[in-house]
Amino acid sequence: MRISVEEVFETVRMTLDHHFDIRTVTLGINLKDCVDRDLNWLIRQAQARIVEKGQLLNHCADALEQKYGIPITNRRISITPASLLLEPLPRKTITAVKFAKALDAAVKKADIDFLGGFGAMVQKGATSAEENLIDAIPEALSESDRVCGFLNLASTLAGINMNAVVKVGHVISDLAHRSEKGIGCAKLAVFANVPEDSPFMAGAHHGIGEPDYSLNIGISGPGVVRNVVVQNPDCDLTQLSEVIKRTVFKITRAGELIGRELAGLMKVDFGIVDISLAPTTVTGDSVAEIIEAMGVGRMGCPGSTAALALLIDAVKKGGAMASGNVGGLSGTFIPVSEDAGMIRAVRSGALSLDKLEALTSVCSVGLDMFAVPGDTAPEIISSIIADELSIGVANNKTTSVRIVPVPGAKPGSIVHFGGLLGSAPVMKVTTKHSSAKFIQRRGRLPAPLRALRN
Amino acid sequence: MPEQNASQICIVTVTGKDRVGIIARLANAMAKANINIVDVNQKIMEDYFVMTMAADVGQATIDMGQIKKQLDRIGRQMALKISIQDESIFKAMHRV
Repeated sequence: MRISVEEVFETVRMTLDHHFDIRTVTLGINLKDCVDRDLNWLIRQAQARIVEKGQLLNHCADALEQKYGIPITNRRISITPASLLLEPLPRKTITAVKFAKALDAAVKKADIDFLGGFGAMVQKGATSAEENLIDAIPEALSESDRVCGFLNLASTLAGINMNAVVKVGHVISDLAHRSEKGIGCAKLAVFANVPEDSPFMAGAHHGIGEPDYSLNIGISGPGVVRNVVVQNPDCDLTQLSEVIKRTVFKITRAGELIGRELAGLMKVDFGIVDISLAPTTVTGDSVAEIIEAMGVGRMGCPGSTAALALLIDAVKKGGAMASGNVGGLSGTFIPVSEDAGMIRAVRSGALSLDKLEALTSVCSVGLDMFAVPGDTAPEIISSIIADELSIGVANNKTTSVRIVPVPGAKPGSIVHFGGLLGSAPVMKVTTKHSSAKFIQRRGRLPAPLRALRN
Repeated sequence: MPEQNASQICIVTVTGKDRVGIIARLANAMAKANINIVDVNQKIMEDYFVMTMAADVGQATIDMGQIKKQLDRIGRQMALKISIQDESIFKAMHRV
C-alpha cells in the first residue's frame, strides 16, 4: 500500500516544525592496534585513521541527508579509551597532552565536530598510566577544542572508586580555572556504569568489547514528543504513554533505517540506536516542556519526577519495539544549560540542585551541564559526584556528572556558553555544611548487594 | 548511481497555499529530468494545503542534489515548501 498523504505530512512536519533530526552519527574506531612505545608512531597511525574515516563519515552522511531529507546534525568519532593507548608510554602528563592535541588536529582536518574517548575506566582502581591521564585532563581539554574526556569512576559490580572521585574534584576545579567561563568542563563527563557504545558526547568512547569500527546513531525529537503531548491534553496517563510510545517508535525507525544504510555505505558494522531524547536550546525542543505539557506546572515542582518516569518508560518501550539495536544511554537527557525549559525552571526557583538530583534517579543521564560558582571547593564537587554516582550504582543504571564551576560567578547569575551548550543559571550549592571529612576517607565504596532487594 | 532500469521512488511533498499551476510547474521540471510521476494526492490538513507526489527518479538525468535545488527554486518562486525524500523513510516510520 502506498503511503498516504497524512503519513507523509506527519513525517514532513516532524522535520519542518518540530525539530526532528538525527542528532548525531558517531563512528567508533578501534585504535588498540596502534599502541606503540613511540608516541609519534601512535599519533601518525591514529591521525591517519581518524582523518580517513572522518572524511568518509561526512561524505556518506551528506548523501543520506539529501536522500531522506532529515538533517544529520552532528558527525562524531569515538576512540578506544586513550588511557589504554598510552599504557606503554612514559608517565608524563606532556605525553597525554600531546596525544590529545594530535587527536584534536585530526578531527579538525576531517571536519568532525567532536571526538570522544580521552578517558579511562577506573571504577575499581587506576594504573599508573590512568593516573597520568587523569592528571593531564585539565591541560589536555583546555588546550584542545574538540576532544572530550570521560572517566568511569563507579559501577554496580565494583562500587565507587573514592580515591578517583577525590582526585576528579581537583581536576574539574583546575580545568574550570584554565578555560574561559569554565567551558572546558563541558567536555568532561564522569560516570557510574558508563555504556561502551553511546554516540552522545561528552561520554562517548569505543569500548573494549567493540569491533574495529562501529557506527552508532543518536536520534532526537523532544519537539516531536512535546507536540504529541500537546495534541492530547485530556487523555489519561495510560493513554498518554501509548501516544508517546507510538511517536518514539516512528522516530526510532527513521534512525535505524538511516544508521543501517550509513554503516552499509561506509562498510562498517552497525552498532546501536540511542533513543535518548536530547534537547537543544531551540524553543520547543525541550524535555522540560514535555513534562510541562503533561500538566506539571513547572519542571522541578512536585510531580516532575513521576512525569519524567512516565516519559522515559514510554520512550524506552516505543524505541525497543522499533529496533533490536537499541543501546547506549537511551533515556532522557535533562542538561540544564541545553534546554530552554530547564533554564526557565532554575531561574524561576522551581528547580534546585537537590530536585535535579532526585530527577536523575529515574532518568538517564545524571546531573548534566549545570553551572556552580567557580569557588566551589573540590571536596564539594567530589561530594556531588559521589552522591550522583551512588544513585547509578545502587539502581544498576548509568548516571553521570558534567559540572561546570564558573570562575567569578555568583548563584543566580547567567553564564552564556554559546552554540549547542546554551546558557546556564549558576546554581546554589549548600556550603554551610561540608562532607569533606567523609570524602577524604577515600578507599572504595563497596559494591551493593544484588540480592535481598526490597 | 542506481543501476539501469532500477526504479527509485521518492516522495515530493508540497505545503503552502494552493494556487494555479503547481502541478504543471513540477511536472514540467520532472519531465525535463526524465523523472516519471507515479502518483499524485492532495488534501487540506490543519489549514495546510498538502500535495504529495510519488516520483520515480531511477532514470533521472540529474542527481538528488540537483533535483533538490530545482525544487527549492520552484518553492521560492511560488512561496511553497517543497521537499523530496526517498519513499523508504515513510515505509520505515509508518509500516510495522
